[in-house]
Amino acid sequence: MSSLSSGLWTGRVRRVNGPVVDVVGLEGVAMFDVVAIGASGLAGEIVGINEDVATAQVYEYDGGVAPGDPVESRGEALSITLGPGLLGGVFDGVLRPLEPDTVWLTPGRNGDSAAGMTWRFSPSATIGAQLTSGALLGRVTEGEHFEHRILVPPDVAGILEWLAPAGDATSSQAIARIGGVDVALSHRWPVRRPRPARSRDGEVRLLRTGQRVLDLLYPIIRGSSASVPGGFGTGKTLLQQQIAKWCDAEVIIYVGCGERGNEMIDVLEDLARLRDPRTGGALRERTVCIANTSNMPVMAREASIYTGVSVAEYFRDMGYDVVVIADSTSRWAEALREFASRTNQLPAEEGYPATLGSALAAFYERAGSFTTLGGSHGSVTVIGAVSPPGGDLTEPVTAQTRRFVRCVWSLDRDLAYARHYPAVSWNESFSRDAERVGVIRAQNGDTGWAERRSFALALLAESERLESLVELVGAAALPDRQRITLRSAKLLREAVLQQDATSSEDAYCGEEKQAALLEMVLAIHQRLLKLVDAGVAADRLEQLGLARVSSARESGGPEDVAAVTAVRDAVLALLGSIT
Amino acid sequence: MIDAIPIEYAGGRSANGPLLVFDHVTGVGWDEDATITLASGERRHGVVLDVNDDLAVVQVFEGTSGISLSGVRVAFSGTPMRVPVGPQWLGRVCNGRGEPIDGGPPVRGERLAAVNGVPINPAARELPRDPIITGISAIDGLTTLVRGQKLPIFSVGGLPHLELAAQIAAQARVGDGTFQIVFAAMGVTHADADATRDALEERSQAGDLALLINTASDPVVERVLTPRLALTVAEHLAFERGGHVLVLMCDMTSYAEAVREVSAARGEVPGRQGYPGYLFSDLASLYERCGRLRVSSGSLTQIPVLTMPAGDITHPVPDLTGYITEGQVVLSQEMQSCNIYPPFDALSSLSRLMRHGVGPEQTRQDHMAVAGQVYAALSHARQVRELTDLVGETGLAENDRAYLRFADALDAGFINQGRTDHRGIDDSLERAWAALTLLPSGDLSRLDPEDVAQHVAANARDKPEAAA
Repeated sequence: MSSLSSGLWTGRVRRVNGPVVDVVGLEGVAMFDVVAIGASGLAGEIVGINEDVATAQVYEYDGGVAPGDPVESRGEALSITLGPGLLGGVFDGVLRPLEPDTVWLTPGRNGDSAAGMTWRFSPSATIGAQLTSGALLGRVTEGEHFEHRILVPPDVAGILEWLAPAGDATSSQAIARIGGVDVALSHRWPVRRPRPARSRDGEVRLLRTGQRVLDLLYPIIRGSSASVPGGFGTGKTLLQQQIAKWCDAEVIIYVGCGERGNEMIDVLEDLARLRDPRTGGALRERTVCIANTSNMPVMAREASIYTGVSVAEYFRDMGYDVVVIADSTSRWAEALREFASRTNQLPAEEGYPATLGSALAAFYERAGSFTTLGGSHGSVTVIGAVSPPGGDLTEPVTAQTRRFVRCVWSLDRDLAYARHYPAVSWNESFSRDAERVGVIRAQNGDTGWAERRSFALALLAESERLESLVELVGAAALPDRQRITLRSAKLLREAVLQQDATSSEDAYCGEEKQAALLEMVLAIHQRLLKLVDAGVAADRLEQLGLARVSSARESGGPEDVAAVTAVRDAVLALLGSIT
Repeated sequence: MIDAIPIEYAGGRSANGPLLVFDHVTGVGWDEDATITLASGERRHGVVLDVNDDLAVVQVFEGTSGISLSGVRVAFSGTPMRVPVGPQWLGRVCNGRGEPIDGGPPVRGERLAAVNGVPINPAARELPRDPIITGISAIDGLTTLVRGQKLPIFSVGGLPHLELAAQIAAQARVGDGTFQIVFAAMGVTHADADATRDALEERSQAGDLALLINTASDPVVERVLTPRLALTVAEHLAFERGGHVLVLMCDMTSYAEAVREVSAARGEVPGRQGYPGYLFSDLASLYERCGRLRVSSGSLTQIPVLTMPAGDITHPVPDLTGYITEGQVVLSQEMQSCNIYPPFDALSSLSRLMRHGVGPEQTRQDHMAVAGQVYAALSHARQVRELTDLVGETGLAENDRAYLRFADALDAGFINQGRTDHRGIDDSLERAWAALTLLPSGDLSRLDPEDVAQHVAANARDKPEAAA
């Protein structure tokens, strides 16, 4: 925030307790108004008013702020500037750009995002027309490919009195006048207020993540919501990064909320290096990164979630499918708890405030597939990681989140320890979108999708049951058919469910190859069962080297179905020769 | 440490645990540095935890013992606490507040730096991708430490984690550039402190190491300062002077207990197990002070060491640490009982940045594959071991018995090593190979078949009786 010379009210600091500051003298200040605290104008937000004392949470380190220091309010809720220049950028929790040449994040930084940049504006509306909110005014091209649609902002409507001709414009320069209101390429938006849309459109369209275990077993549709709970070391961040890189949405908002700095730079470097298989552009050009690492001010972490979803809604309004990845919502909940504790609110479960459930619900409910104000269709899919303390899935954030999301991709510590990645557990995960996905898949021509899914889930469940038996009696004591079930489940895990995020062939998997891999395991399983039924000893079948089945996923490119088919045919031929 | 002392206020309002409350103060900022003078003339240091109108709550690092409300005086410095930084720290031994205990003069430094540091812009970071070779086979081979990483050691009381930390501090090397160590010991016994000083003597003499020791009998609250001091000194050496700096902090559980003590004295709402709800942010403000920067050739690497109370990895301190750090090295009582040093529990240990820091250019072509194969085989060996408990070794298939032999050989030949034994990376990897070749070659699916054939042949040459 820049220093405020035009502050509406000036007050004084009374109390400072870490990121919580009590202010007196701000008459008429409203809840969630932004304030500038002290000489350096530290950004804060009013979150409580009690008679003449207003309580602010501060988005920066406020060491040195003393009672008596001035506080100014500009009478505006916490807002961000939405416009061209967001894609490919890295921002903090309140959308101030993080330029790579600034090493240390000292308090009181200025933050006008992309204010100085100019954009080539191509108008496409007609002067004199009656425009509603969300109507198209023109376009700006970002990066190599992205068509950034400039719309009439929400809250503005009327006759288009003037429209700039094609040419260069800065973000804040007026390009149109509608009903007497000047409209620029960018506009301000309060982050805590969901952006309006015409209606939820109820459309069912697949979101392909390129991750086999998700697309085959626990699929998600555009506009849905998912939670990824997992203890540390189970690969939450890696799975979320994989989705950010490979899912087929048009815009990705990656919110690193209270996570590691080294991970953030890892994902930034990867996104800059990798090409989008659909457009050929760098993946970074479709991504907005909001980085609030764990050592950055804790209250900005609380805001970063809302910032992320507001940016997503901005792109949704242009008619795009957007995915918001929040890693991790637990750190956001902890910011809520820290604030509650510092303001002496009565704690509910484990010190979290009683509002935790409604705050989580409000966040996940901003997901959805919508008809926008302008009449096009766009969606926001929300995928939030949860970091349960001690891996305890009954803790408040995990348990509450489960109530509000449509998919849970639960990560299992035992799988992770066995280096089975992604460690998505088949006991704890679910997808309430699976049935609808089955219908869509069938309509798209893949009629076997639902059946293959049930086969895989049944095989995993059966082998899980058998494995607990094996622990007691040893594999040799099982009947041959059950030993084959164990063998096939192992193949299923190794050949299909495991996916190597570091391999250029395997990090992403096209849907036809996904289907081919699962079909291969299915076919081998049935052939093996036939062989034991015909009297071939399971011992002998277990000795068969099936390593090439497990490595088929890495042979050939991400879309290479022929390589998989070749492996399947070779193995079936080998099995056919056994009598 | 602070030269100008502005206004001094006499008389406190209340004292509670490590906290003193002063009233009638003006213009005192939150997190400001305070100097407390006792009636005897003794000086102590503190920091402002809360200011409310004319009240200031001060946390006293040396503790409040002997302080009377009428005799105490306080002066506030006007800024958050700053400490001197510079290469003058190297070769010195100081207490947890940075005061010399080696008989030398106070450390002056080149300039003052804020002890709480400033967050690093994540976009200005560079991804860590060069290893630090610790000379410990288990760590170098399976959980390679990468420059700029934070890799904690999770231990249990009674295990030799301090010895291991000291051994790493004594023998860790990088391939190029200056390499320096800052070792912060918190809440260690006098015997352990002496042993650590001895182990690090050589490196300290060479001027490559700064040692900060807060012993178990030193003031508890001082421990809140010790890691911050160490990291502030290290940040300067790494990012301003371009050195490769390794910071070891032992024991972080003692640190967290000091934080809990302060929180309890302030009457804050407790979170899990009485630790304050902000423990995650507090630990992160330490652990995230590491990494590499685009603009500097230096790197700051951390090895925090912590003891898991009752061996519980879900205890808040290891749990929150694990969520912030990039992997963990776990020491286990089970390995200790088998008399293996270091008692490294491979299956629970992980280095998240390892894949960036190993390979033909950094260590060896086969490094990642060997580590992957060792993990896969150990995981199977553990299942076999559990089965053996039920059915006995004779009930096992021959294939499975090979896994037991592999695990034993790995423990004895690879993980186990002497306390001054410094192994090169080739030595470590060959030791892992020696154990791997005990497995059926067909099972070594993660390794290059040519490498396998070569090592099997080499082992057969070395041990003709085993091949026969």
